[in-house]
This record gives sequence, C-alpha cells and structure tokens, in this order.
Amino acid sequence: MGADHAGARPRLATIWLDGCSGCHMSLLDMDERLIEVLARADLVYGALVDTKEFPEGVDVTLVEGAVSSQDDLRKIRQVRERTKVLVALGDCAVTSNVPGMRNPIGARAVLERAYLENATVNPKIPDQVVPALLAESLPVHAWVPVDVFVTGCPPSADRIFEVVSSLLEGRSAPAGQEQRFG
Amino acid sequence: MSEVRTLVIDGHDVAATADQTVLSAARENGIHIPTLCHLQGLSDIGACRLCMVELEGSPRLVASCVTRVEEGMRVTTVSERLNAYRRRVVEMFFLERNHVCAVCVANGSCELQGAARDLGLDHFELAPLHPEVAVDATHERFVLDQNRCILCSRCVRVCAEVEGAHTWDIQGRGADARLVSDLGTPWGSSTTCTSCGKCVQVCPTGALFEKGRSVAEPKARRPYLPYLVDHSRA
Amino acid sequence: MTPGEDDAPVVPAAGRAPGSAGRVRRHTDPLVPEGPVRVSANVCQAAGCMSMGSDRLFADLKEDVVASGATDVAVRRVGCLGLCSAGPLVEVPEQGRLFEKVGAAGGTSLAELLGSLTGEAPGGREVADDPFFARQVKVVLERSGKVDPEDVEDYVASGGYEALAKAVTMMSPDEVTDEVVRSGLRGRGGAGYPTGLKWRTVAKAPGEGGKYVVCNADEGDPGAFMDRSVLESCPQQVLEGMAIAAYAVGASRGYVYARAEYPLAVKRLQSAIRQAEASGHLGRDILGTRFELHIEVRIGAGAFVCGEETALLASIQGGRGTPRPRPPYPASAGLWGCPTLINNVETFANVPSVISRGSGYLAGTGTERSKGTKVFALTGAVVRTGLIEVPMGLRLRDIVFDIGGGLAPGRRFKAVQTGGPSGGCIPEDLLDMSVDYETLSQAGSIMGSGGMIVMDDTSCMVDVARYFMDFCREESCGKCLPCRVGTQQMYRLLDRMCHGTATMAQLEELEGLAGMVRATSLCGLGQGAPNPVFSTLRYFRDEYLAHVQDHRCPAGVCPMDGTPGAPVPPEGALMAGTGAASTGGAR
Repeated sequence: MGADHAGARPRLATIWLDGCSGCHMSLLDMDERLIEVLARADLVYGALVDTKEFPEGVDVTLVEGAVSSQDDLRKIRQVRERTKVLVALGDCAVTSNVPGMRNPIGARAVLERAYLENATVNPKIPDQVVPALLAESLPVHAWVPVDVFVTGCPPSADRIFEVVSSLLEGRSAPAGQEQRFG
Repeated sequence: MSEVRTLVIDGHDVAATADQTVLSAARENGIHIPTLCHLQGLSDIGACRLCMVELEGSPRLVASCVTRVEEGMRVTTVSERLNAYRRRVVEMFFLERNHVCAVCVANGSCELQGAARDLGLDHFELAPLHPEVAVDATHERFVLDQNRCILCSRCVRVCAEVEGAHTWDIQGRGADARLVSDLGTPWGSSTTCTSCGKCVQVCPTGALFEKGRSVAEPKARRPYLPYLVDHSRA
Repeated sequence: MTPGEDDAPVVPAAGRAPGSAGRVRRHTDPLVPEGPVRVSANVCQAAGCMSMGSDRLFADLKEDVVASGATDVAVRRVGCLGLCSAGPLVEVPEQGRLFEKVGAAGGTSLAELLGSLTGEAPGGREVADDPFFARQVKVVLERSGKVDPEDVEDYVASGGYEALAKAVTMMSPDEVTDEVVRSGLRGRGGAGYPTGLKWRTVAKAPGEGGKYVVCNADEGDPGAFMDRSVLESCPQQVLEGMAIAAYAVGASRGYVYARAEYPLAVKRLQSAIRQAEASGHLGRDILGTRFELHIEVRIGAGAFVCGEETALLASIQGGRGTPRPRPPYPASAGLWGCPTLINNVETFANVPSVISRGSGYLAGTGTERSKGTKVFALTGAVVRTGLIEVPMGLRLRDIVFDIGGGLAPGRRFKAVQTGGPSGGCIPEDLLDMSVDYETLSQAGSIMGSGGMIVMDDTSCMVDVARYFMDFCREESCGKCLPCRVGTQQMYRLLDRMCHGTATMAQLEELEGLAGMVRATSLCGLGQGAPNPVFSTLRYFRDEYLAHVQDHRCPAGVCPMDGTPGAPVPPEGALMAGTGAASTGGAR
C-alpha cells in the first residue's frame, strides 16, 4: 500500500455517512496516539480535515455510518472507487444499526411522522437541500465491497488504533478479541 | 451412580458417567462449546444447534447437549466447518428478529452478542427478515420484547420445570412462532404467572427484562426471592 | 356429501318399480340383486372421483338400474380405480371393462353405461390392454377398486384377515417378525428403513408399561395421495397390517394418526375400526385368541411436520407437534415413554400379503435391495395421472411414458420430482434409471412416500425450488434455528432469482446456506428442505445462471420484474419516501 509509490506516505481518509459521529469521537479518543498515526500517514479527507472533494488514490478510508440517502450512496460509491482498503467503522456502517431501525417501518411512514404529523409549523416533507432518503438504510457492504469490518457502537479507541496501524503498515487487520456489536 | 465412560474430546481423554451429555463432559473438563438454548438445570431440547460437534466415524453432526457420552467416542468441538456453521447460526439469530445491540437493555450482558464476539462474527451476509412483532409491557414488573426473542425456550422450561407455573409456551410455527403467556393472553393478565422473575433471569437476550432498566445497564444478580416477597406485599 | 345424507332413505324415482331389486337402504349402500349377478358396476367412491361427482353418479346409476328392471346387475361402491385423470370411473370386472368420465362432458353418458350393463355388447374399453394398468403390479392396491371400503364382510370375502388369522393362530410373534425380515420389506414412508428390523427392535424392547403400534397417515407432500387412497379404498387392509404388527411386537394399543384434511379417509377408517371390532378382528380376544388390540384414530391439525415420527408422537400425546432429538428412538421410548412401532400406511398395507403368501412373494418382486412394489401418485404433465403401483426397479421412463402415457402433444419432458419437499428433480438424462431406494438417492432425490410429479418445458426449475422452499418455510415447526430461519433465508434468495434481482454472490450464498441447513437442522424436515435446491442446481444450473446472469427465465414462468431489492435501483425509485419494498441494497 504505502510501498506502492516509494517514499510517499500512506493516505488515510475518513467519511461520515448516516451515523451519530460517535465513531469519529472514538477515533479522537485515541488521544496522543493520533499523533503517532499522523506521523505515519497523511489524513487527506474527513470530518477533521477541510477538504471539499474526496481525493483520488486513498490507501485507507474509515467509513462511519449506514447508507441511508441518495447522497450517502453517491459518496460511498466514489469513496470505494478511490480507496484501496475500505473499513466499515462501527455498527452503523457494519449492520446499519440505529439508522436501520426505520427499515421495517418504511421510509415514507418515517418521513410523514417527522415532517407532517409532528410538525408544528409548515408541515412538508423536504424535497430540496436535504438529500432524498433511500427506501432502506443499509450497511456499507450492501452497496460496495468492504475490506475490513470493525464492530462496536462505537468501536473502542484501542481497537481503532490497532486496526488503523496495521492497515497503514500494509498488514491485514488483526482479529479482534474484544470486538463485538453494540 | 451410573457407569463410567471414557471418551476423547478435542484430543483430551475425558471420563464421564454414562448419563452425562457430551456438552456436560466437555464443560466439566474446561472445554468450551458455545450454547444458547442450553441452561444447566433445565431439560435440553437441542434447538439452537450452536453446540453441534463432530463425532469420528459419523458424517453427521450432533448437538452435544442432547448426545450421551459413549465409550470410545472421539469428539471434535472446534473445526473450520463447525465455526462457519456456528457463525451462520448466530448471524441468522441476529437477522431473524430486530436486534440492535446499541439500544438493547441486554447490551453487554447478552449471550447472543457474546456468541458473536466469541465466534468472530463481524458482519452479516444475509438480509434481515424484519418481522413486525409485539412488545408486551402489561406485566407490572417485567417486559417481553419479541424483537429480541430468539425462541430458545429457556423461559418456557424454567417456568414449567422449576417454578411449576407453565405460564410460557411457544405458539405458531416457523416464522410465526411466538413466545406467549397463558395461551396468548397478555402477560399482565396471566393467572398462572407468579411474578417470580425466573424467566427474566434465564433470558439470554433482552427479550425479557425488568421494567425500569435502561440500555446496557449491568444485569443485577438478584436472588429470585425478593420478587415473590414484593409481589405478596403489593 | 353431508353426514346426514348417509342415513337418508332413497326416494323411489318416478316410474320405478319399488322392490324390483335387492336391498337399497341408503344412498351410500350398494345395489345388490337377490338373484345371481351377471355384471357389476363398480363405481369409484374415492376422493378423486367423488370430487367429480361419483357419489351422485352412484346414486343415479342405482336408480336407473332399478328403473330398467334389470335383476342381474349390481352397483357397487369401491375404492380408487387408479386412473384419476379420467374420473368418475366405473369398472365392470366381469367384462374387464372400464368406463371413463362417466356422466361428464366428453365421457361415457349414463345411458351408454346403462345400455352396456343391461344390453348384450359391453361398452367402455378393455382394461387388460391399457398400458396404464398392464405394467402395474398390485399388492398394496390389490383390493383397491374391488372391495367395498365400508364393508368388512366384503374385505373378509376377498381373503381379508386370513393373514391375521394365520399369524395369531399358527405363528409365534417371532415367526411373524422373521417372515417380515425375510420379505425385505422397507418403510414406505420415505426413508426406507427395514421394516422387519424395526419390528424386531420394538419386540425386543422391554415393555412393562405396554407397547404401541402407530400408523403414520399424516401424508402431506404436495402432489401425494397414496395413503389417502389406500385408506379410502381398503382401510381394513391397513388395520390388518397393524394388528399383525401389534401381535409381532407385543402391543395392545394402536393409533392411526391421520390428517384432518382427509375427512373421507378418516370416516372410512373409523367405520372400519368399528366394524372390525364387531367382527372380532380388533378389540379383545381377536379371532378367539387372547390377543387384543385397541386402535384409535388421532386427527392431525394440519402441520406437515407431524409426519416426522417424534413430532407425530408428541401430537398424539396432546403436546405441541415438534420433533425431538433422537436417540432415544420411538422403538425404545415412544408414546408415553413406551416402545412404539411407527410405520406408514403403505408399509402396513404390505404386511398381510407377506404373511398370507409368505415372504417370498414380496421378495420375488423388485430389486436386490428394494423389494416389492411401490405406490405412486403420478401427477403433473403426463397424459394419464392417477394412483399406480409398480414393481420396484421399473424404469422411470416406463412410468412416465407407458403408464403415464407421456406428455401432451408439443410438450417436452423436463423433470420428474419425487420425494416431495425433501426430494429432488430427476432430469431427462436419467429417465432410464431404475426406480428404487438406492438409485433415487444416488440421483439426489429420494423415494419419499410416493409423490411423483412430472414436469415439462413450461416448468421453471428455479421456480420449482422456490415453491418447495416456500412450502418448507411455511411448515417448519420453528423449534430449531437452521430450519426456522434458514428456510426463510433460502426462500428470499430464490425469490430474488425469480424476480431477476439476485447476484452470483447470492447464488453461492444459497448453496452455502443449503449445505448448512442440511447439516445442522434437528429433524428430517430441515435436513431435507435444501434437497430441491441441490438437485435443481445439480441438473439445471443453466436455468439458475439464466435467472442470475441474464435476468431471464427460460421457461417464461418467473416475473423477472426487478423487484424486490434491485441492486442498482433506477434513480427515480430513490426519491424521498419511496416505499420500503421498492428498492434496497445488493442484499
């Protein structure tokens, strides 16, 4: 991976789809180890970086959140195209978790409840600015191939550090002893 | 006392009495076989299929909880095939109802969650079935959330075999199978339930829980008696 | 037919001379002249023909014969005549003639039949020449279509209960068992377990608390009606088999577990038990000996899984009809913990001939390891459908093309499904195979209880697999996870294929899942549920590939409409608030 273009540092990115940002918080909980990670890799895109367009040639991308909207779908397809190792980070990305709780109910019913029944002013299902919902909120691997799954709501900082460091070194992610859903 | 049998489990020589199951002999000797429907003290039904093991000389897998030890038996409890099947069993349990660990009362104490962790199940290949199932909160102290029920029937058995009330049963078949109290009447109006709480204690998931418990609150290890005492006072 | 009709007196038809013929008390009673009988009209009164009005035909024919003044014509009620596709059927055994579709459009009119019965020249067609009958060998169905199913005397007159008499008066229980062992008889319910061996196991089991014999009449495979026909046609033969078995194993109580969906069979069975008790063939002191057997009918509530022996026993005991792990086998711990012999209807029906004619009779028919005959319900795309009994080892081709008369003009043979939801589909290449337990199982199917569904080029094999999976998912008892959820998951994958939305990865997934469900399910229902998938994948993989890769159903059966869950839904379907069912991910 990093060895592909000799001398160049591996390129790391994160992206936040339909999730609560908890996985990113857990990423930040790596604390001083963040410095260690960033000493080894360039963080080229993510919620923590001010880059507008997802760049080409990313080595490792951590994806938080389920694929719930048209926008999520467009993003994840682009991310997949431009990433070597795609990591589904956390239960929403892995199972669709809480965002997926709307699936048995149906998107229409959820939108009506939120924007019509419970609206106090101007009841209207938004059709502009807010991206359109997909019929079902699905895990990332339902749409694009995923290379590494990291479960947890959120995954622990230790686990994230373990996975990220191995991947940046070109090793496969170690089997998680304490990896679990929830 | 019945006769002694000697057998080999995962290469270890093991002695057990003839009335012991392979599972109990394995556990006695520190060999872990995952289970969900088994609970020591209750009858075994061989339903979850998680405890299946290989027997030398037999093409068939057997559920170790309902297989008696035999002289000279050679048992394998861990193999690539068994692990793959067990992961699939756990995956199908997760996808059968609506399990969301992050918002479940049993988060952290759930045996299904634990089985997934132990087996290294980190995602699902199959699709969730998303059945529309009910929550019965009519009981004064407890709640039945069918979304989390895995139909292991431990509650049915503890209620019938230990408490002697037989409040619980399974109704319907296949996808329609549901845990029901008193032949399908709400739990709160059950005339057989003694509110002893044994069913809640033995539930491996968050299907049966005490009212007032929140997500991932550590399961209190309470003795059964206080429920009865409280109930008689109420 | 309503129950009350049974006892209603026959109202004399206008112009009829009352009392000109023999006894006719009720609608359902036969017409038997007082004098010698020249010809008899045997009217099929089994469910197939009755559904086409043969009960009405029976009553009408009696009136017409009486009105004609003929005094040497009998009109009898018999069981299944076999050729169900041509019902209502009437046979005139004295002349070897069969009349098809009597009273129905395009068939023999009642007047024609009456003319043939009372006139000189017999009508209808020769039974002996008909390939449908010529290739059959009748052991189980020996009396089917010949005796009155509701009259024990008729059964006895045809040699019935001779075997029981021989067993209880001339043989020891062990000798009876030995005879069954020697005959090579194997269970006709599906698995083909050696019957004699099972009997011996039960006979040897210590039974201080008593022993039981149970007849499994919970036939439930789609397209199967062998047991129903046997019970409707000659229930006494089954009871006789049970009595011989009870004598051999030392049981004094028995149950017949029958489906509630078979009201006529249940009614005839109950009447047969009453009559057999009255005639001394059941109950206490059977045939003047100390042997006793009390048989009760238990009616199933409609769960397919209750055909599985441990679920059946649970149901008889009043419990929930779910299987339990074996061992212990019912032979050592069955009903109420007592040793219990469970055989299928057809197995028991084979027993009287084994005893009366000796084991050699059965052992002389069939193949090396599959002795005797097998009854099949031949259905589907063949010209002649119905109930047949053939010697084991007959070629499948002979059944489909000779007995069944081949396919309709312009249609091409595709497969034969045997063994119901636990069976498989046999392709054209294997048509020359011998029909026996081993060969069928090598071909990826099973003998099963005897359903045989012929399919032509208008059947899609993916759709067939989906149909059987739907059946299994519906009928899974829900006790063990692999069957309960695995059948639902496999159904979903097959359903996606039929809608053209499955991926190659999902085809692989289906195979993996099928293997897992087969290996890990608790009982035969779950273990067998993947068989239709395996066998269609084995012989018709190209059809699966057409569905998955080309999104095309070669037979034109599947909807292939791109729902549910198109992997790449059209952008229009992604609008906010579209229904949950219309789109989804690649799962």
